Amino acid sequence: MHSSAIPIWFFIGVLLTVYGALILGYGIYELSTGTMAVQNFHASVWWGALMLLVGLFYLIRFRPSRAS
Amino acid sequence: MFELVPAYLAAGLPSMTAAFAGTGASSLAHLSLLDLAVIAIYFVMVIWIGFYLKGQANTSEEFFMAGREMTAWIAGLSFVSANLGSLELMGWAGSSYQYGILAAHWYWVGAIPAMLFLGMVMMPFYYVCKTHSVPGYLKLRYGQGSSTVAAVSFAFMTVLMSGVNMFAMAEVMKIVLGWNLNFSIIVSSLAVAAYVALGGLRSAIFNEVLQFVLIWGGALLVPILGLIETGGWSGFKARLAQNIATGATPAGDYTHMWRSMGHFADNPMGIHWTGIVFGLGFAISFGYWTTDFLVVQRVLAANSLRSARLAPVIGSFFKMAVPFIVILPGLLGLVVLQNADGSLMHLVGENVVAAHPGAGLHSYNEVLPLMMVRYLGPGLLGLGITALIAGFMSGMAGNVSAFTAIFTYDIYQPHIVKHARDEHYVLVGRIVTIVGVVISIGAAYLVMNAAGIMDYVQALFSFFISPLLGVVLLGMFWKRATKQGGFWGLLMGTLTSIGLWAWVKADPSALRFVAISPDAKDMAENMYRALWSVTTSVGVNVIVSLFTKPRPIAELAGVVYGATPLPTEEPVPWYKNEWFWTAIAVVIFFALNIYFW
Repeated sequence: MHSSAIPIWFFIGVLLTVYGALILGYGIYELSTGTMAVQNFHASVWWGALMLLVGLFYLIRFRPSRAS
Repeated sequence: MFELVPAYLAAGLPSMTAAFAGTGASSLAHLSLLDLAVIAIYFVMVIWIGFYLKGQANTSEEFFMAGREMTAWIAGLSFVSANLGSLELMGWAGSSYQYGILAAHWYWVGAIPAMLFLGMVMMPFYYVCKTHSVPGYLKLRYGQGSSTVAAVSFAFMTVLMSGVNMFAMAEVMKIVLGWNLNFSIIVSSLAVAAYVALGGLRSAIFNEVLQFVLIWGGALLVPILGLIETGGWSGFKARLAQNIATGATPAGDYTHMWRSMGHFADNPMGIHWTGIVFGLGFAISFGYWTTDFLVVQRVLAANSLRSARLAPVIGSFFKMAVPFIVILPGLLGLVVLQNADGSLMHLVGENVVAAHPGAGLHSYNEVLPLMMVRYLGPGLLGLGITALIAGFMSGMAGNVSAFTAIFTYDIYQPHIVKHARDEHYVLVGRIVTIVGVVISIGAAYLVMNAAGIMDYVQALFSFFISPLLGVVLLGMFWKRATKQGGFWGLLMGTLTSIGLWAWVKADPSALRFVAISPDAKDMAENMYRALWSVTTSVGVNVIVSLFTKPRPIAELAGVVYGATPLPTEEPVPWYKNEWFWTAIAVVIFFALNIYFW
């Protein structure tokens, strides 16, 4: 890999973090308003939180300054 | 290149886009603003990656081979992702709704042995000879003639397949979301052209890894929520048994893979275990996974021989897991999908849907989108749709990047401009990428106006892959194989495949001879046709080689087993050793097949 390259894992971290934040945020909004569909099992909350955590891990672990 | 409906999957699987085109139903899902934002963010990300990687695609090695700098993980995920197309996901989810877990054969015996064989046995030869492509290997082993034939056919088919993929995406987006066909084609082609022309193979590989993460992130929730709702695997089986007992679901063994393989008439697919093991498991699967440049190119981009060998092994673990997000949702659909009035939904064949327009019927192929709509709320649905879009786009990008490399290295360089500066070939590569996308758009509109072409495109792929396997295998492991043997083996194997296909096309009852049983159904045809094709290819190659003059052993160094000193690799701890992980993969492979026997 190029010495100054941003690894693909960083891009994945960015994407998962943004997606996780959006989905978790919406899930919390749904919880507060009680509009969540029954068969969803509050998936927006725990799946969004999981994506956010994984995304943050990759974001920090493979941030460009550390990767280079 | 088989991303749409791979040749090894194509047997009996209906033309997906034709199926969707025939439904005429209103859109399945309605996206919220949050869903649209999720999709838009994906497009921003892929363009960002393309622009970022432009600075790392300055030499031909960087542009066409990603600088041979990919780690085993990146090459492995890209390797398996290149085959994880969206229509394939939807098609096999539909097949599992219709036929049960038999569909998992295409993911396990139809992939894992071949992937491990590529990594452990064949990759050293591909990697040591430093070839840039499969036609490039043929040139080293058999000469320019067979290489050019393979390159031209591959380039033609690849760019055509990219167009088919583009049209398929537009058609599915129209049916699932109600989007305009032209809008989908223009947006997807602009995005693919931008990021492949800018970043070359590295960009295509990065986006395939991104797609892989999106597919798992977007689709994994469906089986998880389905299993929660049904009470786990045993709960699902109990509900399915109850449905079958009450006649709500057609009778059949939906949860076992091998028990009904003793005779063609014992299973709904009309196949026999010999066809699965030798036809699918060897002729088709080995042909695809070890000689199709679209997937092999990803592994050739690895940063070392050990990474190149590990990449298919890593890929095999994820391939074994794919049925969890494809087959399982299809099976769960049998018991959880409901109509608006709460009754059990019954999906039907495309012909039934087409015969009853406006009746609100859904086809088997729609089971995955229907399951997504059932379980995924705002945001998550956008993620699932993004995963499908990413699958289509990376399929296009994979085909275009493979086309670019084959055209530049195996057609342009040896036949048009032989000795130019490196920058010249990179420029040609960027231009060919744009040209490839433009041709793809033309192919997309061609297919749009003649959907029947798709069936022929898929058949065309199957004509070349199995005979090519015979030629590559003999070339790699038999020093005596000659240039003439390779040429005639490839030609006669291809003609055998075309001849058998045409025979069954002209007279469907001929299937009883091709598949050696009057009870065989469509799915058996591809398996046995591939088997006869590779047998012919090998047989003719052997006979012709024995009557022609072989090349001196010294000329075969680097390309043939027994004439190639393999480099000694640095010792690594056992947990980093490729043989250890291969053994684990083999154990899991057998365990899965025994558990679902």
